[in-house]
Amino acid sequence: MLWDLFFLALRFEKVLTENAIPVKKAFVLIPALLTGLISFLSAQTSLNNIAGGQIHGNFELTAQYYIPDSIIGADTVPEKALFNGFSNVTYTNGNFSAGIRYESYLNHLQGYPDGYKGTGIPYRYASYKNDGLEITVGSSYEQFGSGLTLRMYEERALGYDNALEGFRVRYSPHKGIYLKGVYGKQRNFMSYGAGIVRGIDGEINLNELFESRMDSVKTQFIVGGSFVSKYQVDQDPFLVLPQNVGTWSARTNIIRNKVNFFAEYAYKINDPSSSNGFIYKPGEALFSSITYSQKGFGAYLSVLRIDNFSFRSDRTAALQQLQINSLPALTKQHTYSLAAYYPFASQPNGQISWQGELNYKLKRGSKLGGKYGTDLTLNYSAAFGLDTNQLHDENGRRYSYSSKYLSIGDTLFFQDVNLEVFRKFSKTWKATFLYSHIIYNKNALEGKANYPYINADVIVADVIWHVNDKLTLRTDAEHLYVGGKKGHKEDHGNWATLLEEISLGDHYFVAVMDQWNYGNEDPDHRSHYFNVQGGFSKGTNRIVLGYGKQRQGILCVGGVCRLVPASNGFTLTITSSF
Amino acid sequence: MKRISSALLCTLFLFTAFAFRFDDSPNQKLPSVNVKTLDGKVVNTNTFANDGKPIIIDFWATWCAPCKKELNEIMEVYPDWQAESGVKLITISIDDQRNSPKVKPYVDSKGWEFETYLDENQDLKRAMNVNNVPHTFVLNGKGEIVWQSNVYNANGGVEELHAIVNKVAKGEKPE
Repeated sequence: MLWDLFFLALRFEKVLTENAIPVKKAFVLIPALLTGLISFLSAQTSLNNIAGGQIHGNFELTAQYYIPDSIIGADTVPEKALFNGFSNVTYTNGNFSAGIRYESYLNHLQGYPDGYKGTGIPYRYASYKNDGLEITVGSSYEQFGSGLTLRMYEERALGYDNALEGFRVRYSPHKGIYLKGVYGKQRNFMSYGAGIVRGIDGEINLNELFESRMDSVKTQFIVGGSFVSKYQVDQDPFLVLPQNVGTWSARTNIIRNKVNFFAEYAYKINDPSSSNGFIYKPGEALFSSITYSQKGFGAYLSVLRIDNFSFRSDRTAALQQLQINSLPALTKQHTYSLAAYYPFASQPNGQISWQGELNYKLKRGSKLGGKYGTDLTLNYSAAFGLDTNQLHDENGRRYSYSSKYLSIGDTLFFQDVNLEVFRKFSKTWKATFLYSHIIYNKNALEGKANYPYINADVIVADVIWHVNDKLTLRTDAEHLYVGGKKGHKEDHGNWATLLEEISLGDHYFVAVMDQWNYGNEDPDHRSHYFNVQGGFSKGTNRIVLGYGKQRQGILCVGGVCRLVPASNGFTLTITSSF
Repeated sequence: MKRISSALLCTLFLFTAFAFRFDDSPNQKLPSVNVKTLDGKVVNTNTFANDGKPIIIDFWATWCAPCKKELNEIMEVYPDWQAESGVKLITISIDDQRNSPKVKPYVDSKGWEFETYLDENQDLKRAMNVNNVPHTFVLNGKGEIVWQSNVYNANGGVEELHAIVNKVAKGEKPE
């Protein structure tokens, strides 16, 4: 069997190289070696009669056949059909694990970044842990603190992946002490970024560390700090750019009974980049949250101040490429389609934002709560620009700016006030209602001139009816009203959405949806986006076939938003895991 | 076309190569990964235990409506389940830094009695090959994964899970 696997690994390499698939040689050799290593280890364990290792993984493919539609703006796709697919395969044996992810973009689906091309194995790793020490070589993901200095992660469905390519070490020398270190490059679609990233992070749980002395202390104290540096050679003919850029952060988490307080402050030396217009100015970020909760009630408040804090391993990278850190958007992550129509992503160059949320459960059997109780969620968020002073040199050229720490700028980027009510009426009926009022600064967020603030009101009614053991109907009715002051263009106008989802038996579903842009100024663009989907799922397998139109939308990930074009056609999605 | 066929070949290869080991492997155990409690403590998944009784592990997120529906439905009958089979439900929130501070207020306001952990950078999600949430695993008394599902079945999915847990508690095969 060992021989079989080696033989297959060799053939695998041959197939890849002979067909001249445009992947780097390393992508080919490493999986082959890994496969060899895996088979060697599995053979060893079976010889040693130790419980054998295990292979597990998952799989997802999406194929779409496109039909052009000039009215909704669905362009002709030369390939007619596009395909995205990936499969993770992970081998685990005791403290050892190794894995690969095979990815295909043939060619990538519309709305995906253009960097995803061809097929390859851009993700592969081997990891070993022993006595509190964990070493990973190859690809890995990591987060320091709340991610202000470093966060490498993936959002497969959205095409975001800034994995670390190199070494990652995690070590816990003593209970309550957690150390991490990374050294490597970052994934940039199907290759790597130009810069080198290295970082260390330490976290101490004081109560765990001084267990005997702090036994009676009810308050829990956690402190942490990190240092991250990137190196990129300076080849700029005009500017003298820092080749090493360092950033550090300090954080604390204090928890007592029902209260949980977290704060992290991060500082970065000057880091001229295309994101900040090549200004020489240090950056700062502060993120803090506090929560209070008890049975039936939860309150949350958070604040984020960002000042010149875009941090990438290539100073010329744009959009979602090569971000080392991650700045969270402090807004509600809406799940309903029209409520998510105007999304927000943090503005790395400067922003003050906050969010508050109250969760309250009206008691069962009370007058307002009804027989089963009613859940209320009230949420408010707002994001403003900083209060800045532009600085100019003697020739009148702007070279930097200064900002007032506790002052809020005049520019409102985004605001959302929303109330969500969930109520179960009987064993067979339940419903969620949502109202949201959103102010969206299209001018500032999308760089589109002549758009003033968009005032949008969204209402949603999501009603579930369990007809019987074999049939459940879910009706989701949504409406988006765009106010806009007189004389201003009202963006795309009003929308109405109706979705009917029918669950049949244990394994089947059919969903029919119509999104109607009835309020569009241009009568020719008052389109119906009609879409029908049918699917089967059992265990961990799911197959969904869809046909219809999808509206143009904005997807936000990693602090940046991307426009996904409208499309029309057939879509097939298969997911599985084993 | 050549590219596609070679891509298909490679995929096929991977599956056949790995199928060798997959066929004769025993039930999967929980991978050992660090997650955080709602009060910031680091906990390794290899400490998850329930005295030889079944464990349900449910991946969810505050933004996932079907996940919350499923867990709130289970919460209503959870005391009965515990009395019957001694099952413990562990929920893993995959909310990232944007939403993870909201998990505790949400969980407390709903009065959940489940053990809840944060998997902020999705290390456990990756280690368990979870594509999307909700994804539910059932572990037997030996800590082996004996059943999983990645969909919320509105037509009695919760009752199905209940039946599976009871079978697993008796040492029977789930399906």
